[in-house]
Amino acid sequence: MTEEVLVKDKDIVVPGETIATGMSFLPGKGTYRENDKIIAQKLGMISVEGKVIKLISLSGAYTPKLKDRVIARVVDVLMTGWRLEINSPYSSVLTLKDATSEFIPRGADLTQYFALGDYVVCQIVNVTSQKLIDVSMKGPGLRKIRGGRIITVSSQKVPRIIGKDGSMVSMVKQATGCNIIVGQNGLIWLDGTPEGEVTAVKAFKKIEEEAHLGGLTDRMAAWLEKETGVKVNPTAAPTEAPQGTEGEPHPHHFGGSQ
Amino acid sequence: MSYTKRLDGRGFEELRPMSAKVGIIPRADGSAMFQIGKTMAYCAVYGPRELHPKFLQNPETGIIRVNYNMMPFSGHGERVRPGGGRRSKEISMVMRNALLPVLDLKDYPNSVVDIFVELPQTDAGTRCAALCAASMALADAGIEMKDMVTAVATGRVEDKIVVDLNYYEDSHEDGADFPIALLPNSGKVTLMQMDGEMTKEQINECVKKAKEACKKIYEVQKAALKERFRSK
Repeated sequence: MTEEVLVKDKDIVVPGETIATGMSFLPGKGTYRENDKIIAQKLGMISVEGKVIKLISLSGAYTPKLKDRVIARVVDVLMTGWRLEINSPYSSVLTLKDATSEFIPRGADLTQYFALGDYVVCQIVNVTSQKLIDVSMKGPGLRKIRGGRIITVSSQKVPRIIGKDGSMVSMVKQATGCNIIVGQNGLIWLDGTPEGEVTAVKAFKKIEEEAHLGGLTDRMAAWLEKETGVKVNPTAAPTEAPQGTEGEPHPHHFGGSQ
Repeated sequence: MSYTKRLDGRGFEELRPMSAKVGIIPRADGSAMFQIGKTMAYCAVYGPRELHPKFLQNPETGIIRVNYNMMPFSGHGERVRPGGGRRSKEISMVMRNALLPVLDLKDYPNSVVDIFVELPQTDAGTRCAALCAASMALADAGIEMKDMVTAVATGRVEDKIVVDLNYYEDSHEDGADFPIALLPNSGKVTLMQMDGEMTKEQINECVKKAKEACKKIYEVQKAALKERFRSK
């Protein structure tokens, strides 16, 4: 059989579709090999990197990964900690030890630290094979959230929302004057003027809808300028470290000019 | 007597007009609509998500639950009794068995993927339309699948083998109904049922014709899924 890639880079493929034939290609994430074919395992966008063919998901649940910074909601108070919902198939546990360096006496009312329904910014510190997840609040920028609002976007689109080195999110910050924290799990906290918040929400929804299309940064810059009248510079890297609030830029970005 | 011309004027291997759309239910993790003739299936997929009650959980793999439902006003005017029944329970089960071979939920222990299919309008071939919609909705939900699932009802009306029966053919007194679900790329069969009587040769002909028909259905599914992320 001939060795060739049957689809173009950045093409959308459906599960079961043959991406390439021949043994000289390697199946990456989201693909599998059957005999001499590489087949898509998900609905997504193809990315060919040398000999490795991988598939970038465009939809799907958030998979918790070590060291991800996420925004979580307190859903239960346990004997020695809290159960947090992190917008994934599994909930996580925040233990007292990881929550605060304060001394908490035995039998104390834990809701005085985090009550049901509170939102916190935390980091995933352990994921087991059975998907038991531990999170921690110890680290720069990890804290309880007060005020502002929370929106949810698809977690697959978070790398695009953050942008390269946080360029996209700092552009939105610059234009709307909001404080913004983007969790890797797709929850975004924003706090600013009512108008600024509304514009920022619209901006994130727009990024989410157009995440798979190229030239997004420039388009967003123009859109933000039109909406707010604030001139934003898409190419400049963020000058000041933005309070260490965004998650780390994701290792894999969607293709397309950034 | 011989069945020389189909009641709705189609060719014996001709499918009814199809349409499909993905991402129609915003709150769901994945959703799809599949229509073939007057049979219409809407599917919503939720999950993988936490499964309760706990005794249903499987620590080795995630599970799927399928819920098939014909709406009370669907069908041919006689009211369909709402809620689950013997029939819908059986179809939910065969659909689960038809979808499971393409799924691998080993990475989601103790979780569940819920698949809900509602049929607002039916004209035979509902389990097949439901399966087509469900596999599109699963793909839309970003769940790992080895292949898509396509399904079509074939069968016998008098002496002829026909593809994609409508209700009048399905309920013909001298005939048989033979729904098949196929994985379009590997050609494997994940659902095969028969209601009525056919000879071995007729069954072989049904399978052969279903394979051809499923190719057309797969193209419709593929186009609908790709349409979801088309450049605007």
